[in-house]
Amino acid sequence: MALILLSPFDLALAAGLVLLLALLSWRLHLGVERRVLIAAARSAVQLSLIGYVLHALFATTHPGLIGLMALIMLAFAGWEAMSRQKRRYRGPWGYGIGTLSMFLSSFSVLVLALTVIIGVRPWYQPQYLIPLLGMLLGNTMSGVALAMDNLTRHAWESRGRIEARLLLGASWDTAIADIRRDSLRAGLIPIVNAMATAGVVSLPGMMTGQILAGSPPIEAAKYQLLVMFLISGGTGLGSTAAVWLGSRRLFDERHRLRLDRLRGPDG
Amino acid sequence: MASLRLQGVRAQGLEPVDLELAAGELVFLSGPSGSGKSLLLRAVADLDPNPGEVWLDGFRRSQVPAPEWRRRVALLPAEAHWWEDRVGDHLPEGAETLLAGLGFEPGTLDWAVSRLSTGERQRLALIRVLANRPEALLLDEATANLDPPNRERVETLVEDYRVGQGAAVLWVSHDPEQRERLGGRRLVIRDRRLVPEP
Repeated sequence: MALILLSPFDLALAAGLVLLLALLSWRLHLGVERRVLIAAARSAVQLSLIGYVLHALFATTHPGLIGLMALIMLAFAGWEAMSRQKRRYRGPWGYGIGTLSMFLSSFSVLVLALTVIIGVRPWYQPQYLIPLLGMLLGNTMSGVALAMDNLTRHAWESRGRIEARLLLGASWDTAIADIRRDSLRAGLIPIVNAMATAGVVSLPGMMTGQILAGSPPIEAAKYQLLVMFLISGGTGLGSTAAVWLGSRRLFDERHRLRLDRLRGPDG
Repeated sequence: MASLRLQGVRAQGLEPVDLELAAGELVFLSGPSGSGKSLLLRAVADLDPNPGEVWLDGFRRSQVPAPEWRRRVALLPAEAHWWEDRVGDHLPEGAETLLAGLGFEPGTLDWAVSRLSTGERQRLALIRVLANRPEALLLDEATANLDPPNRERVETLVEDYRVGQGAAVLWVSHDPEQRERLGGRRLVIRDRRLVPEP
């Protein structure tokens, strides 16, 4: 079965649905019509651009260019993870903790998958590396952002409880242990849920794409499984790193809770 | 038996504080709200970053690990916080004997924190602190919001501990009668300084 190519007219028809949504928002005073339209426009521009970039990139296997692309993706993921925090860390930590966690987890899982599991040669071949990294980063980003948002919000709200434990002689990691556990759990829930309902409720996007492109469904399912396992590993590692680094940063060397290292919701 | 000595401790709203409490001495501190009393106690317990040094006998605060320092120089904040559902999960092993001595039945450890009265909360918060056997006590409004019988219980508990263990006690109290009744040195905050109460 050949791939049916989409014409601009086909896409314009689908875009009509977004316009309809914006109209609905305007009629019902939901106040999100601007955001809907901007987000749709952003996705159109970003995806078209990335289509051309990948087209060019797949023609080469220059490791430097591929590395640059990977770093740009990481930089955007770090930015996005930070902007989802209600209370961010002040200074470079606000960007650094999430980005470093995602770098450690996504890149190590990615290299493992490319070299050991799939066995791509050379391992940095962009046709495999870029889409896998994209999926890993996208999901790790959600987990890291959720876990860190949970951590900082609860630390802020539970100041009295944390300090009560410190005052009784608890060390910093004992005083924040329960909040840390809850935050990590919050970061992991989306991917666990996604795995549990995959195939029953939803056909994951990647598998759908492969099937539409003409792959045998069994092969598509295998790739989807691989990706889900990679994502859950990456999200777990990334959230753990982020929660560990983040909770460490909330205390100083004298085991004091330093909420002054967080910014309020409005600066 | 340990003395407590503050040397150039800075808290917001106060000039650097020098103060010495002998072992077993009771010192009351009062002053308008917002004058920095609570912040001074927090600084001594090393809960807020502060320059200056505190000595517990020959031990310098900066040379003692912070968790150990807070067990030895214990602060009881104005509002007690609880992080588990059960009372017993907040107390170290062997707290039963302390509880029994204060008229709490053995089943207290299984009580739900949410069902405690204000008086019970405050007394249990104090017991929680005393169970660590601190050598100095910092009390922030330990009896505010308590009715006379409960206030008396807390006062007795503190006084017994102070005399029995020779612990230095620095007590922030708004209650002039209490300061009078329990004796001890009385300091007040005037113009950002600690001066004897007239």
